[in-house]
Amino acid sequence: MEPILEIKNLSYIYSIGTPFEHKALDNISFAVHRGEFIGIIGHTGSGKSTLMQQLNGLLKPTSGTVLLEGKDIWSDKQLTRQARFRVGLVFQYPEYQLFEETVYRDIAFGPKNMGLSAEEIDRRVREAAGFVGLTAEQLEVSPFDLSGGQKRRVAIAGVIAMEPEVLILDEPTAGLDPIGRAEILGNIESYRRAKNATIMMVSHSMEDVARLTDRLLVLNGSKLAMDGTPAEVFTHAEELVDMGLSIPEVTQVFLHLRKLGLDVENVYTIGQAVAALKKIRGGAAHA
Amino acid sequence: MLKDITLGQYFPGHSVIHRLDPRTKLIMLVVYIVALFLAKTWVSYALMLAFLVWVIQISTIPPKAIVRGMKPLVMILLFTGILNLFFSQDGRVLVHFWIITVTTGGVSRAAMMMARILMLITGSFLLTYTTSPIALTDGLESLMGPLKKLKVPVHELAMMMCIALRFIPTLIEETDKIMSAQKARGADFENGSLMDRAKALIPILVPLFISAFRRADELATAMECRCYQGGEGRTKMKQLHYHRNDFFAFGIGGAVVLAVVVLGQFGL
Ligand SMILES: Nc1ncnc2c1ncn2[C@@H]1O[C@H](COP(=O)(O)OP(=O)(O)OP(=O)(O)O)[C@@H](O)[C@H]1O
Ligand SMILES: [Mg+2]
Repeated sequence: MEPILEIKNLSYIYSIGTPFEHKALDNISFAVHRGEFIGIIGHTGSGKSTLMQQLNGLLKPTSGTVLLEGKDIWSDKQLTRQARFRVGLVFQYPEYQLFEETVYRDIAFGPKNMGLSAEEIDRRVREAAGFVGLTAEQLEVSPFDLSGGQKRRVAIAGVIAMEPEVLILDEPTAGLDPIGRAEILGNIESYRRAKNATIMMVSHSMEDVARLTDRLLVLNGSKLAMDGTPAEVFTHAEELVDMGLSIPEVTQVFLHLRKLGLDVENVYTIGQAVAALKKIRGGAAHA
Repeated sequence: MLKDITLGQYFPGHSVIHRLDPRTKLIMLVVYIVALFLAKTWVSYALMLAFLVWVIQISTIPPKAIVRGMKPLVMILLFTGILNLFFSQDGRVLVHFWIITVTTGGVSRAAMMMARILMLITGSFLLTYTTSPIALTDGLESLMGPLKKLKVPVHELAMMMCIALRFIPTLIEETDKIMSAQKARGADFENGSLMDRAKALIPILVPLFISAFRRADELATAMECRCYQGGEGRTKMKQLHYHRNDFFAFGIGGAVVLAVVVLGQFGL
């Protein structure tokens, strides 16, 4: 199957030709397939946000290409604009971009820019609000009267309302309490299931990416350091620690158990841990 | 990218010029500008230019940076040049076309005005490139100190300027971020009629103002928490002192003005 997004030898340099020149991405290649849930992890400043902005044509690569269904998004203006709509990007702390008088109108901003009909816009706004758990009454209030977590959900709905095939979220749970985090992650999951969308999520929580994603991209010092399933990536515990990252706590516990001589396999989520422990107990009972 | 604007940006360094007292540099800039306006002939312009080039050289500021800073001012420069071209009708006629007459006097006057503006701007760039905004406001506050007697709130004004300067890069960065976020939702700032484009600014300006007010609020709270109180009785951690180099600078500056005046006397 043809990948929906393909990134080939992509490099990006900020402020090129000035004393402040900075190479933020260095020769990165990978492909994204339909329906995947990809996690992007990396130390602060490793280039995660920069990479995300390449994928919907906000930043133009210094060299290399970004292909959307096989077509270079920079080959003509129309395609670049299409990429903005088909690849939705939710920025870090998106609540600071709200500007309209009502939540409804703010969510409608994206669909309106797409030039959709009034009925279609209305349908999308209500559906997007549903995905993030906003009530019909909340649609009519000012976004500035909402709490931080609710504002975040309005901002995410604003991107979801464009019904992007690829939804990219840059640290969507940063600065939220545990319940707020779980709710947002649930919202993303429900959008993915309803639209069979592709999700890419930047996160600093190893637990979250281990539990939710099918695949992890690890960025380190502007380069793509690893690309594989969470199971594959988390076996390189030491390398990850060297990059300033960590592995899920439960994985650490199990690695330690193995060192102590217990015959367990590597696990990444609490669910797997429970299963593994049950197996041992079962084995012990038989013996 | 908005960030690449260098107008009035500080270039950290350790040159002699960087280390001069900010008051010295401010006074020297004023002296330099006065000298520029006293200079009436090409000989005195050449002297001023030589002085400027020498200062740029010892300041270790890359000339490229100065040229880049000029870019936004090209229009003003051209406009002045063209306007002055027709101001003077002395000398030999070079071009005569319909009601337009260009003479050698006009050309020389236009060239001189453009040189004056270029040198004036370069001089001010040298000040802002070699002096950190904090040092600059400190210097201004100290120079304007006597105005306190006239009940001018000098310290408060300096503090306001200092805060404003401090937040310019932050606000530019913030604008960049908000613009990207709205572009990701399909906002279009480049196409459409003037009206459309003005309207397209709303999604940027509203969040920008909200965040500026929020920052101002936070800063005020943080200052109050540290019992900030301006003006009377407040001392500085870094006191300004004139050093040997400052007196040298005053000497050289004085000599340049004197030379320009003397040259003027001889009609050069
Ligand atoms: N507008 C810009 N101009 C110049 N350099 C920039 C700009 N934005 C980011 N950078 C630099 O590029 C590098 C990568 O930044 P990026 O924001 O992509 O990192 P990140 O992986 O998202 O980090 P974080 O986890 O802190 O969000 C950093 O070193 C940063 O300083
Ligand atoms: Mg980031």
